[in-house]
Amino acid sequence: MLDNLNLLSLAPVLNVQLLLDGIFVGAIFVLAAYGLALVWGVMNVKNLCQGEYVIMGGYFAWHFSTYGLHPIFSIPIIAALMFAMGWVVYLSIIRWVIGRDLFTSLLATFGIALVVQQALNLAYGPDVRTAEAGFQVHSLFGGLVTVAEIKLISFGLCIVLATCVVLFMKRSRMGQAIRATAQDARAARVMGIDTERVYAFTYALNAAICGAAGVLVSMIWVIQPFYGVPHSIRAFVIVTAAGLGNLPGVIMAGFGLGVAEQYAGFVLGAEFQQATAVGLLVVILVWRQMQMARYRQVVE
Amino acid sequence: MQNDRTPLWLYIAILAAGIVAPFLFPAYINQIAFLWLMVLFALTWDLVGGQMGYNSLGNIFYFGAGMYISAVVQVAMFTDVGTYTSARGGEQLVLGYLDYFWSFGLGIIAAAIGCVLFALVFSRIMFGLRGPYFAIGTLGIALAARELAGTWEWIGGGSGIAMPVYPGQPDEKSLVFYGIFFVLAILTFMCVRWLYSTRFAQAINAIRDDETKAEAMGIHTLRHKTVAWSISAFFLGMSGAVFGNLTGFVEPLEVAFPTVTFGIFMVVMSLLGGKGTLWGPVIGATLFHVIKEVTWTYLLGWQWVALGVLIIVNVVFFQQGIMGWMQTRWPERFGITVDASMSSRRDNKGETGA
Repeated sequence: MLDNLNLLSLAPVLNVQLLLDGIFVGAIFVLAAYGLALVWGVMNVKNLCQGEYVIMGGYFAWHFSTYGLHPIFSIPIIAALMFAMGWVVYLSIIRWVIGRDLFTSLLATFGIALVVQQALNLAYGPDVRTAEAGFQVHSLFGGLVTVAEIKLISFGLCIVLATCVVLFMKRSRMGQAIRATAQDARAARVMGIDTERVYAFTYALNAAICGAAGVLVSMIWVIQPFYGVPHSIRAFVIVTAAGLGNLPGVIMAGFGLGVAEQYAGFVLGAEFQQATAVGLLVVILVWRQMQMARYRQVVE
Repeated sequence: MQNDRTPLWLYIAILAAGIVAPFLFPAYINQIAFLWLMVLFALTWDLVGGQMGYNSLGNIFYFGAGMYISAVVQVAMFTDVGTYTSARGGEQLVLGYLDYFWSFGLGIIAAAIGCVLFALVFSRIMFGLRGPYFAIGTLGIALAARELAGTWEWIGGGSGIAMPVYPGQPDEKSLVFYGIFFVLAILTFMCVRWLYSTRFAQAINAIRDDETKAEAMGIHTLRHKTVAWSISAFFLGMSGAVFGNLTGFVEPLEVAFPTVTFGIFMVVMSLLGGKGTLWGPVIGATLFHVIKEVTWTYLLGWQWVALGVLIIVNVVFFQQGIMGWMQTRWPERFGITVDASMSSRRDNKGETGA
């Protein structure tokens, strides 16, 4: 552990590698976390199957790539597919969960997560997979830092996707309706907004965002049926740290988490990379409690 | 106060069934032993989740922690833990009867004490979190423990610790462990049954119904919550110690911290039977375990999908559980008098009745 720290101080360029990698994956975390914040804020449902949607999108991309469709071009198709799936899940399950006590939504979505994991496992098997995008890898600083073109492209796509979503929320009619429902569902209903449809749309939109994020994950990282849980945990870490309806905070927290995981993986060893997100979750919850305790409040 | 109106003959029948079962069905002795373990799981989860309203997804942590504590204590009594685990299970401890049971008993006691200590610490950390945050936070603890146990070389890391070998025959081992699980489940049941008839149960029920008001009424909520979780951890730790010795091998992912199997089973079983009741977890655990054991092998890989569907259906459409449903169906049999003018909520389970 100390050796690795020494290495970092001896070759400061390695920091560049870790920072870059952290930001590239962090951008993807931001997408999934934004979807979670959306669903959480609008319909007060804690979606614990966030990561499973990501992995599902990734598997669809991998599946299409076996037919020769390049993952980048499959993003719109997968987003549409996941949108439809989100709508179906909403109609069959989530609809009954809204307005019930919060543990219900947590457990119900956990059940969905279990079903999705296992269905993916049955369909694609437990192997670790990557959708081949086929771009070059560039070396900088005499080979100490490597940057894959695909990571840059994925980063750009993240920005494009995020901008689309934000513009949609700000400008479109549906986006306005979603924001109105988040502020006050009852008033929105009075004003003639079909909140039921807004909820369905929000949930489906979340699934679509996650699916798109999943395509990027499958290109620059690995997917496996059971790798969804860490993604869900990461989304929760980011949203809990940033708070709801705080887009700049979500972006910063996402990058921060990405970088933190890279550093933990490098300094402590690769086996600690998974534990970092979970550890941070506990740390952030404790920190939030201490923050709230100053006002004699609890984290609710 | 929840008066237990269960007739005495039912207790006698269950006791008799538990004693006779291993001799009647010797082929299924391990399955029946696991049934008692499941009952213990559901009861301890319900104490915190159902009666106190703190839905934990991480109670499995105490199970795994107890297992590791007992493993380390049992191994440390005879050899050095570090060198033993670095041999990667190359040689298992072979002990005589006296040494085996002496160390086993000490391991169970250490596990129980250690888990209570863990519960005291985690109560401080986690009980400022409410509702879903508590659930996620406890899940975080279980997952973190699982990851950290896998990286800690002294306790064997990902390859685990091999437990001492049972000195007797396999049949005898099954019978002994069946007895231990049976006694543990009975002890747990008696403990919570007694607990639910005291003021303590009223206090934790008040915390579930409205914590702010409970605090305003002068209940020291943190202290009550800590005690309730510690009791839960006490029994879970002991069960973990016994389970580790039964399996003969302690490993972080599948054996010690099986978050998505046992960790979720406890929640599902309590919900299925009806949370917040004395018999609900027992009924839920029995039903769940029997259905699981009977159908599991026929589902050919679809069993986990079926489990997920069961969770969803249970949580979304049948949250009151079997006991809750029976109580609304036949309230008079449970000594609940329903005042029609007072009951406005359909989901009022009448726990405050009697």
